[in-house]
Amino acid sequence: MTEQPLRHDTRLDRFVDNYAERTNGMRVSAVRALFAVANRPEIVSLAGGMPNIADLPLGDIAESMAEMIRTRGMQVMQYGSGQGEPGFREQILDVMALEGITAHPDDVVVTAGSQQGLDLVTRIFCDPGDVILAESPSYVGALGTFLSYQVEVVHVASDEDGINPEALRETIARVQAEGKRIKFLYTIPNYNNPSGVTQPLARRREVVETCHSAGVLVVEDNPYGLLSLDADPIPAMRSLDDEVIYLGSFSKTFAPGFRVGWVLAPHAVREKLVLAQESATLCPPVFSQFAIGNYLTNHDWRGQVDVFRDMYRERRDAMLSTLTEVMPAGTSWTHPAGGFFVWVTLPEGLDSQAMLPRGVNARVAFVPGSAFYADGQGARNVRLSYCFPPADRIRIGVERFADVVRHELEVMATFGVRTSPIERRTPSGPAPDLT
Amino acid sequence: MTVIVIAGGLSHERDVSLRSGRRVAQALRAAGRTVVETDVNADLVELIRGTEAPVVVPMLHGGLGEDGALREVLEVLDVPFVGPTGASSRLTFDKSIATSVVRAAGLAAPRQIALPHDIFRELGAPTLMESIGQQLGYPLIVKPSRSGSALGVTKVDDPASLPGALVAAYAYGAVAVIEQFLAGSEVAVTVLDEGDGPVALPPVGIRPESGVYDYESRYTAGATRFVTPAELPDDELAAARELAVAAHKALGLRHLSRVDMMVTPEGPMFLEGNVAPGMTETSLAPLAFEAAGRDLGEVFSSLVDLVAVS
Repeated sequence: MTEQPLRHDTRLDRFVDNYAERTNGMRVSAVRALFAVANRPEIVSLAGGMPNIADLPLGDIAESMAEMIRTRGMQVMQYGSGQGEPGFREQILDVMALEGITAHPDDVVVTAGSQQGLDLVTRIFCDPGDVILAESPSYVGALGTFLSYQVEVVHVASDEDGINPEALRETIARVQAEGKRIKFLYTIPNYNNPSGVTQPLARRREVVETCHSAGVLVVEDNPYGLLSLDADPIPAMRSLDDEVIYLGSFSKTFAPGFRVGWVLAPHAVREKLVLAQESATLCPPVFSQFAIGNYLTNHDWRGQVDVFRDMYRERRDAMLSTLTEVMPAGTSWTHPAGGFFVWVTLPEGLDSQAMLPRGVNARVAFVPGSAFYADGQGARNVRLSYCFPPADRIRIGVERFADVVRHELEVMATFGVRTSPIERRTPSGPAPDLT
Repeated sequence: MTVIVIAGGLSHERDVSLRSGRRVAQALRAAGRTVVETDVNADLVELIRGTEAPVVVPMLHGGLGEDGALREVLEVLDVPFVGPTGASSRLTFDKSIATSVVRAAGLAAPRQIALPHDIFRELGAPTLMESIGQQLGYPLIVKPSRSGSALGVTKVDDPASLPGALVAAYAYGAVAVIEQFLAGSEVAVTVLDEGDGPVALPPVGIRPESGVYDYESRYTAGATRFVTPAELPDDELAAARELAVAAHKALGLRHLSRVDMMVTPEGPMFLEGNVAPGMTETSLAPLAFEAAGRDLGEVFSSLVDLVAVS
């Protein structure tokens, strides 16, 4: 064997000193790596937020898409408008009307999923060091976007009705007194990801009015609004105030693979969003816009949403009833009226991130609550999703999860440990299993 | 011959395994081999049986891949495979057993105690922890007995931190190892045996920027400096290579292994052996191959040829 005489000194990345400061949080993490097992059939994954699209009429959709390509292929496979196709934007207005929103198609900007909409909004408003207010807890994908723009996220205390208005007023006053610039409040008022809670109409009014009077912009993210499981949708915050920036999505009401969402924004904001969109992607996916427009025109999409609601209702009920049956004392959870998620609070002292390897051993996956905070909170919380596994698998998964909690309690009791010492890092963005 | 690279599996290290497997498969294809990649699943045995002249490369990390179970199955099926046997893998994968075997062979290794959670519960954790602390002294290393990639590993500086470290280790498995902490230079030595006896490749010195060679430091490119051969005097480098080959033999390993060690003022001391060394872009064995003037595809080609004819 020939050994080279020279010493080889490497960090395995010759560009390691060239990266922008904003990449500092972009590191491999053991927690994310543990999710690699979530797609194995032995694992019941209560972690992922993937919508269940198995009930879509795939044969009918395939036929109408084929017809679309045959008749309009030259158009649907060409570059398009940076703002989104005009006819499609009008169709989006029909969707938003179901939640009380009236608007002009010129104020809609189509994006590659609402995630890109959030990215564009953050890009045009935020400089490093600015503050964004967010619920406690808040969507992990949004936190990743905010942190990539080197923004400081300040969580506002929330309760079973969403953001606490009194806490909101106090937080705004405190942050402004510190001389920091609050750029906007980011909120998911319907069936929040991850908490599952919904802001009642009166709460929405109070939050919007509080922000309006304090000069704080509101960004309303509403991917789950039409997936109400117990009652009709509550009017959107945007229907209460035209200055609210509204993010919408077809990922949950149709299918996420098209990557189509939108931003509804006041005129001046929209102008900047279009320019930002053009510099980011030239134009949002044209084929996807026509495909969804075709679906909205030719299929009973409202009836399909009803099918989705019935399916998710059964799964939610399976999760809630099993939680009631099997969870150890000291555990509590939210009761979502729609959407995909239940937010569990574990007995005092437990740390859900520390339990994750035990979950893999027990063949159940869940998302530790700390992923949904930018400041290290959430150790006692877990997000469980009921959207993807069928009801019988959900029951098995929750039973396994309860066993994991019981075993962790047992081990901690043995050693007299009251909290698990886990080092936390800020989230670096959404993984497919976390969205 | 068709090479079947098995990667993935249902362990805490699935992600690392998938990356190792893809890289080895690509290297073998670049070397002109016919390669099939597969996960561990219900179709695996049929796949192997239905393949003409199969040679298996198990790139599974943790769990069934390194604990010997899958290798025992391959032995039952009489399918040639690269890497240590089932029996020696089982022995090596369990850190408490491997260290005992290495010490019994007269090689240097840290003192350690391996205990299941139940014994703490039955005998009373406070007294037991106090005795262990007195016996081994602080600082200590606490780790799961059967895991890899530094998952569940904690350095414990004082008695107050020991309970939390044990809770973290027991999240990965039923037995935790409490080990004397060794200060020194961390070094990994890859051992390669292509039929002429085990040879130690140049030791790789590990210098994590954070000071701790944890999961992030292992798999984030740029987070760790790797120096090959390690920045050590020639006699210490030679001692490290000798220890690696001796441990490889004592554990009954074959073909390819990696021995991790700490070079202390008293000389190199064994930390653990690896029967399926990582082959990712940030793994240690490929760096050793490179330093030895070898290519990943060439090494694995040589090994699959070796097992195909033996």
